Amino acid sequence: MARYDSLLDACGGTPLVGLPRLSPVVPEGAPPVRLWAKLEDRNPTGSVKDRAALFMVRAAEESGRLRPGDTILEPTSGNTGISLAMVAKLRGYRLVCVMPENVSTERVQLLRMYGAEIIFSPAAGGSNQAVATAKQISAEHPDWVMLFQYGNEANARAHYETTGPELLRDLPSVTHFVAGLGTTGTLMGTGRYLREKVEGIEIVAAEPRYGELVYGLRNIDEGYVPELYDATVLTRRFSVGTRDAVLRTRQLVEVEGLFVGFSTGAVLHAALAVAHEAVKAGRRADVAFVVADAGWKYLSTGAYGGTLSDAEEALEGQLWA
Amino acid sequence: MAIEVRIPTILRNYTGNAKVVEGSGDTLSELLSDLDSRHSGLRGRLVTEEGGLHRFVNVYVNDEDVRFLGALDTKLSDGDTVTILPAVAGGAFGFAAAAAILGNRL
Repeated sequence: MARYDSLLDACGGTPLVGLPRLSPVVPEGAPPVRLWAKLEDRNPTGSVKDRAALFMVRAAEESGRLRPGDTILEPTSGNTGISLAMVAKLRGYRLVCVMPENVSTERVQLLRMYGAEIIFSPAAGGSNQAVATAKQISAEHPDWVMLFQYGNEANARAHYETTGPELLRDLPSVTHFVAGLGTTGTLMGTGRYLREKVEGIEIVAAEPRYGELVYGLRNIDEGYVPELYDATVLTRRFSVGTRDAVLRTRQLVEVEGLFVGFSTGAVLHAALAVAHEAVKAGRRADVAFVVADAGWKYLSTGAYGGTLSDAEEALEGQLWA
Repeated sequence: MAIEVRIPTILRNYTGNAKVVEGSGDTLSELLSDLDSRHSGLRGRLVTEEGGLHRFVNVYVNDEDVRFLGALDTKLSDGDTVTILPAVAGGAFGFAAAAAILGNRL
């Protein structure tokens, strides 16, 4: 069924498409190794974050934390803000986003278009500056509601209840699930669901490795591990640098015609690693990975053209995932 | 046996500001001890007194997180690249800021 009562009802139910040209070639007679892309850019605002935003707002409404006319405050570097802005608009809330200056202009324009207000935090200060800015705003507006996607169980539950079941329905033979690691919601929710249903499934995380500017921490005790994160859900975790992410992003559009954001390039890099291992071991593999968003919002980075080194330089200091 | 080790900015005070250093060892634990013999104090920043990896440190061998490979017992071979990074959520900004606000409210 492709008819919905409203845009919010059209969240999820995204297509899973095979990537026959990017899937590794196996020796004759060997079991197949196939890559599958879950197109989360086909959600209402164009990213996987619509699922979490909708679940988090609904959960806050049901618990009475969020009442009509309330203001939602969300520190975000992009997609979650855009998703929340749409959900807030349709459900009657005001949204204030705190974000660093070094995100793409498309994200800012989109947020404003959806009606969100934006407070910028200086990029140069890295996360320390972000902390200071957020603390200040929070102190000034104690009545604003923060959904806190990094510790909100409804974020992971969105994927446990929707992304996981959709994947299993469309690909019962799935052997690997690969997604980006940010809030960890996608991996925790989908991972838990698939682990319950599919024996021996591998849950693989791909995390972006940024330029040094982004890791602007003073010392090792100031690190952050999201409260949602449970390492026992994962079986492997890869760190993917900017260069590999860009390379794979370009490969997806060149070889399979799939135009994705750079975080998906990082995810494909990890997916290909496990796929090639399966080929080597002579094992059957159906590797499903998440396309978190399309490439439109990142065109202004210039990183889709030119040499890989140019692209790497263009993305240096940017939050590309 | 040479293993390339990438050092994050915040730990370069132990390596004379070197971004990359070389070390040797059959396991990650041996490598960190070897590094500590030339960069005194480095191991103590990565390994807790109980002998585990520090919670806010991530170590990768050839881009894979060692916590899923055997942690400090992870086997190493010649030509491997070890990357040390502070644990920061993807979308580091959002998390840092969000955690700060929550902390402020509690």
